Amino acid sequence: MAAPTAQRLRPVNRRSPLLRRHARLLPVLPAVLLLLVFLVGPVLWAFHASFTNAALTGRNARSPGWVGFENYQRLVADPVLPLSLLLTIIFVGGSAILGQNLLGLAIAILMRRARRAVAAVVGTAVVAAWVLPEIVAAFAAYAYFSRDGTLNQVLAGLGLGQPDWLYSFPMVAIMLANIWRGTAFSMLVYRAALDDVPGEVTEAALMDGAGGWQRLAYITLPMIRGSIATNLMLITLQTLAVFTLIWVMTAGGPANASTTLPVLAYQEAFKFGDIGYGTAVASVLILIGLVFGAAYVRLLRESER
Amino acid sequence: MTTTAGGTAGAGRRTPAGAVSRAQQRARVPADAALILIGASFVLPLLWLVLASVDPAAGHEAKVPGTVSLHNFAAIMTPGLLFQPLWNSMVLSAGTAAVNLVAAVLAAYPLSRYQSRFNRPFMYTILFGTCLPITAIMVPVYGLFVQLDLLDSMPATIFFMATTTLPMAIWMTKNFMDAVPVSLEEAAWVDGASGLTALRTIVLPLMRQGLGVVFIFVFIQAWGNFFVPFVLLLSEARQPAAVSIFSFFGQHGAVAYGQLAAFSILYSVPVLALYVIVAKGAGSSFALSGAVKG
Repeated sequence: MAAPTAQRLRPVNRRSPLLRRHARLLPVLPAVLLLLVFLVGPVLWAFHASFTNAALTGRNARSPGWVGFENYQRLVADPVLPLSLLLTIIFVGGSAILGQNLLGLAIAILMRRARRAVAAVVGTAVVAAWVLPEIVAAFAAYAYFSRDGTLNQVLAGLGLGQPDWLYSFPMVAIMLANIWRGTAFSMLVYRAALDDVPGEVTEAALMDGAGGWQRLAYITLPMIRGSIATNLMLITLQTLAVFTLIWVMTAGGPANASTTLPVLAYQEAFKFGDIGYGTAVASVLILIGLVFGAAYVRLLRESER
Repeated sequence: MTTTAGGTAGAGRRTPAGAVSRAQQRARVPADAALILIGASFVLPLLWLVLASVDPAAGHEAKVPGTVSLHNFAAIMTPGLLFQPLWNSMVLSAGTAAVNLVAAVLAAYPLSRYQSRFNRPFMYTILFGTCLPITAIMVPVYGLFVQLDLLDSMPATIFFMATTTLPMAIWMTKNFMDAVPVSLEEAAWVDGASGLTALRTIVLPLMRQGLGVVFIFVFIQAWGNFFVPFVLLLSEARQPAAVSIFSFFGQHGAVAYGQLAAFSILYSVPVLALYVIVAKGAGSSFALSGAVKG
């Protein structure tokens, strides 16, 4: 928040008060223009293009024709869409809401109990997977889960079966990879949140004889519920948008078995050259994002009041 | 950790405070073990990257190389394979970060310094903008770029990439600017300086660490971005390292795994270094609140 003193004293400006008040907002203009041209523009264009037969090449690329709801009718009739929606929900639910969220919380809690050196080293390992460029992380995950990759070598060492993860269990592989890649974010959020929980509160509960799990469930978690909500919202949005990881590991395959919505939109638009249909898929994804975004902003506004 | 209760307790009785530290010590061993296990499973996927990069005969299994050599690194040290893509990444990322910084500082100044009824709705809209799934708008953005004839243009790609991170950059910049006390500028205002002069001469120098954080934050994001340049930049001469990495997948399905790993490492080092700088410096950038008290 701006300091209240700003109201007392203002930069000297000899123009009329009304002009001055508007001129003051001028510096916001470049940012607003960029956002309008490159963010709002494409979103509106997406909703428009999803009603046309725009194509990647050929006559319909230059002058697409209006086709009304045809793309959406195709979308509803397309058996791939419900599958893709389901896979997206499984991916987000399994790898973000359950995987990253719970593992991040567990690591943050363990770090408070463990030796400092151990916590620091493990924290670095977790963050490393998150800081790496996404294409590098995707290749590392691909190598790790491939038939003769590191995971199967470890499983062989333990005397267990070695499935071809990317073909037999593509969803499991991309979900584990996304947990590996993204847990650092939840860990950092929860470490900061736990640091803000006053020590006296948990100590008082300890005196009252509350066990570790009881303290966690009745004291710590309720106290950081704001951070939990924010974290869930943000990792859901991040995971909804994951493309590179899936595209490098399985390319949505085999036979659509790991085609989440971003992969489907990309395939329709660029592999099959149907920009109109691809943007219809993208529009669905944008709408989901907008709903979550609105919920997130609402959540923050309420917590501020 | 409290040990104050220890003195008043009778001998032989377990004090609450003693129980805390003993319980914590007992909890420490399983916590250490669990964390080490988790840490090991996070490092394991990266093991292949390191081992394969020094193995001239690497595949995609992690194995201790028969002969350790820097052959892979030597093989990729050519202008076409390494330096041109890295330079392109550099131009894209630095350009994106620069555009972000200029637009974000300009936008943050009125938002931070003047009370207006637009401020709160604007900031919430900005926050809302950070939530938009960027992968979802890539297909429409491609369509838009085709219509405007902007495909394969570095400047257009830079401006688009800058816009995707701009909401976050404005949000961060405004928070850093809010931390600069307004009383320092008031003196300049009295002396007749305009708002933008005060911004340039007083506010920006005081928040340069914060600006560094924003620049690096955006730079890291742009450097690691694969999907945007993959869709918008078509010619090989303009592609950044994130996209050119696919050149290690040979024409006939033969993958040069060792070179891929070596390239990945050289490509990752700059962002790892930048992250360390930010993580180390983040604590000190909030120390400037002392400037007004002294």
